[in-house]
Amino acid sequence: MEILIAICIGLLYAAGIFLILRRSLVRLILGLILLGNGANLLIFLLGRITKGKPPIIPDSAQTIADVYADPIPQALILTAIVISFGLQAFAIILVKRAYREVNTDDLDQMNTHEQ
Amino acid sequence: MNTIILQIASRYTLPLLLLFSVFILLRGHYLPGGGFVGGLVASIALVLHAFANGIKKTRELVKIHPGFLMPVGLSTSLLSGLFPMILGKPFLTGMWYPHSVPVIGSLGTALFFDIGVYLVVVGATLTIIFSIIEAP
Amino acid sequence: MLLAVLLPFLLAIFLVIPFRKYESLVARTVWIVPAGIFSFFLQTYLSGNTGITGKASLSQIIPYSLQWNLDGLSLLFVLMISGIGTLIFIYAAAYMKGHPYRIRLMGFLSLFMGAMLGLVLSDHVMNLFLFWELTSISSFFLIGFNNEEKASRQSALKALIVTGGGGLILFGGLMLLGQIASTYSINEMIALRGNIVADPFYPVIMVLIILGAATKSAQFPFHFWLPGAMKAPTPVSAYLHSATMVKAGVYLLARFTPVIGGTELWQYTLIALGGITMLYAAFHALLRTDLKGILAYSTISALGMMVFLIGIGTEASLLAVGMFILVHALYKAALFLITGIIDHETGSRDITKLRGLRKVMWPVALAGVLAAISNAGIPPSLGFMGKDLIYESTLHHIFQPIWLTSAVVITNIMLLIAGFNAGWRPFSGNLPSAFSKVHLPEKSMWVPPLLLAVLGLGFGIIPSVIESPLMQDIVMSLHGVSWAGHLALWHGFNTVLLLSGITIVTGIALYFALPQSSKIAAKITGLTALSPENIWTKIALGFNFLAIKITAVLQNGFLRLYILIILAFVGSLLAYKLANQIYFTIDYSYLSPVTVYEAIIVGILIVSILFTVFSTSRLVAVASMGVVGMAICMIFVFYSAPDLAMTQFTIDTLTVVLFVLVLYRLPKFIKLTFAIRHIRDAVVSIGFGTLIALLAMEVLDNQPDRTVSKFYGDNSYVLAKGKNIVNVIIVDFRGADTLVEIIVLSIAAIGVFSLLKLRIRQSQKIE
Repeated sequence: MEILIAICIGLLYAAGIFLILRRSLVRLILGLILLGNGANLLIFLLGRITKGKPPIIPDSAQTIADVYADPIPQALILTAIVISFGLQAFAIILVKRAYREVNTDDLDQMNTHEQ
Repeated sequence: MNTIILQIASRYTLPLLLLFSVFILLRGHYLPGGGFVGGLVASIALVLHAFANGIKKTRELVKIHPGFLMPVGLSTSLLSGLFPMILGKPFLTGMWYPHSVPVIGSLGTALFFDIGVYLVVVGATLTIIFSIIEAP
Repeated sequence: MLLAVLLPFLLAIFLVIPFRKYESLVARTVWIVPAGIFSFFLQTYLSGNTGITGKASLSQIIPYSLQWNLDGLSLLFVLMISGIGTLIFIYAAAYMKGHPYRIRLMGFLSLFMGAMLGLVLSDHVMNLFLFWELTSISSFFLIGFNNEEKASRQSALKALIVTGGGGLILFGGLMLLGQIASTYSINEMIALRGNIVADPFYPVIMVLIILGAATKSAQFPFHFWLPGAMKAPTPVSAYLHSATMVKAGVYLLARFTPVIGGTELWQYTLIALGGITMLYAAFHALLRTDLKGILAYSTISALGMMVFLIGIGTEASLLAVGMFILVHALYKAALFLITGIIDHETGSRDITKLRGLRKVMWPVALAGVLAAISNAGIPPSLGFMGKDLIYESTLHHIFQPIWLTSAVVITNIMLLIAGFNAGWRPFSGNLPSAFSKVHLPEKSMWVPPLLLAVLGLGFGIIPSVIESPLMQDIVMSLHGVSWAGHLALWHGFNTVLLLSGITIVTGIALYFALPQSSKIAAKITGLTALSPENIWTKIALGFNFLAIKITAVLQNGFLRLYILIILAFVGSLLAYKLANQIYFTIDYSYLSPVTVYEAIIVGILIVSILFTVFSTSRLVAVASMGVVGMAICMIFVFYSAPDLAMTQFTIDTLTVVLFVLVLYRLPKFIKLTFAIRHIRDAVVSIGFGTLIALLAMEVLDNQPDRTVSKFYGDNSYVLAKGKNIVNVIIVDFRGADTLVEIIVLSIAAIGVFSLLKLRIRQSQKIE
């Protein structure tokens, strides 16, 4: 399964980068989201995946004795997800606003050349 | 999206979902959940209501501007962190009320911190989405 | 001694104050400071207290100690710096009279003096380097003193680039040397000479240090900044660019002779470097008609001769170096100051026009003649003695006495002519009517050069003043053994005397025989295309051109291209590393098995990613993006991350809602790019994706360190009374992070809010 997830991560990265390299701003944002998902999944995988053992201490015990999923990547990803929502919202609104002002979402037409 | 079914449904799901979000918030310390997820669930509930009944109705229901929740939440979290400093402990030290409280369980600074997170998440999400819905 | 070095710096700071009506008073009394320093060191010298090494620790204020070393070589330089400095300050006050920035010039001069004193007194090589750089910087300010003139600014920049670049090279050499010797004290290095010379890095160190010295002391092919530096006011040229600063390179080589000198490599490099420089520059000096140009090239030639003598490295040649440094400083500073007077009074520095000035300024003419005599080495001047010592040392060289001696003789003949051109020609002949109203300047201008010139003669008549202990100490500090000889004008009839005679007679004969006109100078301008200066300028312009080209290619204003370049670069670095050092061995027994449910989720994930990328409909793309998020959410569910799954689910929902709300106000996808770009981007992105996937698999091969995770597992209930470890980390252990995170979230919300509510006025709209 790890290998399948690794392939998915690679695919997410590739798709994200490909979309970022497009001229359309909407695609750029989609690319950013996919890239973010890829990064989250990568962190998750690097903490090793464990099935059916969430990092929750059983009711009866003070500490967790059994093998359990690594909580640190989970805490990292949780904050990353929320932050990326803020970023995405801002980016989407920026595109919308820019489109209203300059009437294009083509990055190249937004370029102001310094000549 | 002015379907009757959705309108009726949202009328009943809203309080349920809000209650559920508080439940998730409170149980976060022992079981999956917490301020982030709780806040997001609450926002989704209100967004759903806005979709079904129109933004004006939701605004009337909420009464206060959601943006107002952000400073309230931030100060709650900050104060919960500052509280231990009054007692001479480092910033954000976890402190607990020694006895168990019904419904909530143990009462501590971490809980207030999580409530602050919940409020900020609700405030920020709703500010973003409501502004977009209302924008021309 | 610390005070002696600090005093000029303090003076420089003091001179920043605007004095207004006291300006004249300050300018005319500033010389007291260098005079005080001079008398301090003179007194030290007379009391026989040389050979002082000491530490002036500033540890109470700064945790840094300055190691001083005052030996013969340092003493010679210290006396020159402060003694000539005093005269320069007196002279400059008169020379710059009426100039609005007279005090500023003196401030820079003072700064330079402090740096130079520090340079020659430092024992720690890093201190030495620090002061070395300070002299370059103060020289930059002084050359560019007339900063309204473009030529002046260019010369200053050129000098800074050459000497500063040399400083950088020197720094490398000194660092290596310090590492090998494992000490940074020069005195301690001398004892370790055997180890240093035997080290494989020795040639590198030697070349770096020589390069540093060559740039500072204007050795060929780095000499060209020095003639340019003549744009500075004349007192500056006299002080920095003939008497002291340019000798810093010579000082450095002399100082390191006992440490890294004496090998064949060292000898031949320096002999070749100095030899070429002295011949090339002496020849150039003959072709100049501008007084300062003549003096600049003859200075370069003299510096070349000093390097040459250090290269020979025998006791006699090192003594000759010490002697020549002193002789040269005395007569060259005098000649520069005389040039300044002539320039100041007549407004011309062209030796084809200046004539007969002895009739209107006889003390200056006297100084000029005396300096020219000392330069020519005519007895009984000190220059004669210096020249004797030089011939003595070349004649006794073991391998090539004839070649070396003839090179020196030829250089000396040319220098003699140049010296007469500068010191005598303007005063000889009949006074042209144009200059009949020229008058003698005030005393404070003509006394300093006369004093210097007289000293050059006086030391020659009574050599015992400098013989012991000054010259003895210099030989001691350069050669390590004490020298028992005596300085004298008369050594009997021998080859050396014959050579001196030949030099003087041929030189004077040629002086009268050679026509002096600007025609010869004009002839050689055709060759300037090949001169080192020109080549350097071309290289500098080439850099500019290259920078413009590279910028145009790499920074064309298209964000995508930047990303592409960065990714391609990082990708190739990563690929190189992976290809070279990583061997994929995946241990399948560690991996978890694949069930049907998981396989289906992965399938959905892959399909929806492809849809997001290739769909031409925005709605389909956004919806598939949502499906990607949900699939990831399912992966979190399968692999024990309930908190993540919940967050991912809610956020994904909200993102899709957000997109849909905005989407119908956004334009449709249109095909904007060419197919070829698609292919290019596809290659880069697939390549990068593959690398990341490989990297992830490679990491899986190593077992992670779970100490930190275990800490949280063990303590989250005990310390924080929470059983959901992820939540405990977020709200308790890493609470400060979360606090900042919600602040960021609020900022994003406020940003969105203001972006939507903001109304741009029509006048501010971008066309």
